[in-house]
Amino acid sequence: MSGPSFLNVTIDLLTGFLDNLELFGLTLLFSLPLGLIVTFGSMSKFKPLAWFTKVFVWIIRGTPLMLQIFVVYYVPGLVFEVPMRERMLAAIIAFVINYSCYFSEIYRGGIESISKGQYEAGQVLGMTKTQTFFRVVLLQVVKRILPPMSNEIITLVKDTSLARIIAVPEILMCAERFTGKGLIWPLFYTAVFFLVFNGVLTLLFGYLEKKLNYFRS
Amino acid sequence: MALFEVKNIIKSFGKAEVLKDISFEQEEGSVLSIIGSSGSGKTTLLRCITGLETADSGFIRVEDRVLFDSSSTVKLTGEEKRLNQLTTGLVFQSFNLFPQYTVLDNVMLARKLTSVKELKRKKASKAEIAEATEMLKEEAISLIESVGLSDKLTYYPCELSGGQQQRVAIARALMLSPKILCFDEPTSALDPQITVEVLKVIANLAKQGRTMVIVTHEMGFAKEVSDKIIFMDDGIIAEEGTPEQIFDNPKTPALRAFLSSMIKV
Repeated sequence: MSGPSFLNVTIDLLTGFLDNLELFGLTLLFSLPLGLIVTFGSMSKFKPLAWFTKVFVWIIRGTPLMLQIFVVYYVPGLVFEVPMRERMLAAIIAFVINYSCYFSEIYRGGIESISKGQYEAGQVLGMTKTQTFFRVVLLQVVKRILPPMSNEIITLVKDTSLARIIAVPEILMCAERFTGKGLIWPLFYTAVFFLVFNGVLTLLFGYLEKKLNYFRS
Repeated sequence: MALFEVKNIIKSFGKAEVLKDISFEQEEGSVLSIIGSSGSGKTTLLRCITGLETADSGFIRVEDRVLFDSSSTVKLTGEEKRLNQLTTGLVFQSFNLFPQYTVLDNVMLARKLTSVKELKRKKASKAEIAEATEMLKEEAISLIESVGLSDKLTYYPCELSGGQQQRVAIARALMLSPKILCFDEPTSALDPQITVEVLKVIANLAKQGRTMVIVTHEMGFAKEVSDKIIFMDDGIIAEEGTPEQIFDNPKTPALRAFLSSMIKV
């Protein structure tokens, strides 16, 4: 009797990888802007807010993402008696919070690296602080943070597999089902999916960096 | 009444008192140069005038517009603050052009943002906005021409020499039509052989009767272009007068020492 064919395994793993992609896409969609809000919080002149944000970022960056996924999944049920029914939703929430904090620190580094002269030039030209930030500073920040952001985003692709610990049927969990039936190679085969997707991302970031090469700051 | 009046300006950073009771007046259409050694407070004074720093106490007025009055408790609206800001212009030592914009867009940006915002508030049509932008563009182009860079309109700052960048920065400041145009050591970041092209532009503006305040280390230039010179030493105005009085007949030992240290080889 023969085991599942290569094609069957591929389709099965691809189905699982769709979960990884969904988690990846939604995490990016929400954490990219949310990270900016966290940045503004940690850079706020209102000290209690800055302090509160920094402690929050410290907790999120200082504990394992895996633990955070458990917390989001189990705590609502255990403490508030509103059980989290959607595993994927729990994973998305944990990932968005986690990655917002990481992104916020990259943003902060980028924003603080822009010379004071740019803000002062905006001011003496009568531009508002908002205009100066969004029309002058932001694109320079984007250019500066592209390399660390691409690093972080590639890490996110691989981190999506952590959702497996609350039984989101992502690619590694799918592969492990085969392992349970005595078939080990699908587990190693998953690497191909990650490599291909990260390859595409690497090309995309290279393209973006090139696109922003027309100016130096 | 003089166009520009600065009275009793005091400014400290922590324990260091940088400006100790600075007062002077300037007539419309005149050029005032501020000279003095590093750390004498020249740049801080310029930053207080242009609103980048807030003085601890004192009074600054241009025409009938009070830019700063430490004895007043009136709260200014955002628009009044903006108008105050635009009364003075500033050209920085390090240019501070916006790197992601072309020469033309650097000069236009601030005016364009304000005009588009204003027109949108008035619910102007797209055609009206485009027309207004076109007029701004013409104005910007003629200013860029006046600093001799009409062939560089679509260049980015990183494609220009330091002298060219500084000339763009001058055009950008002129675009806001400030009553007083200030320069903070405009040639200090430039190679000696290209300072001339920037100084020529400034001298030209002086000829056209622009009111300017220039902080500079170029003594020959200051002598030639200024109507009045202020010598600052350790946070006070140690001496002021016409270029002849300052350079040919210095009264204080501090100024004499300063001038002899600046004598060209």
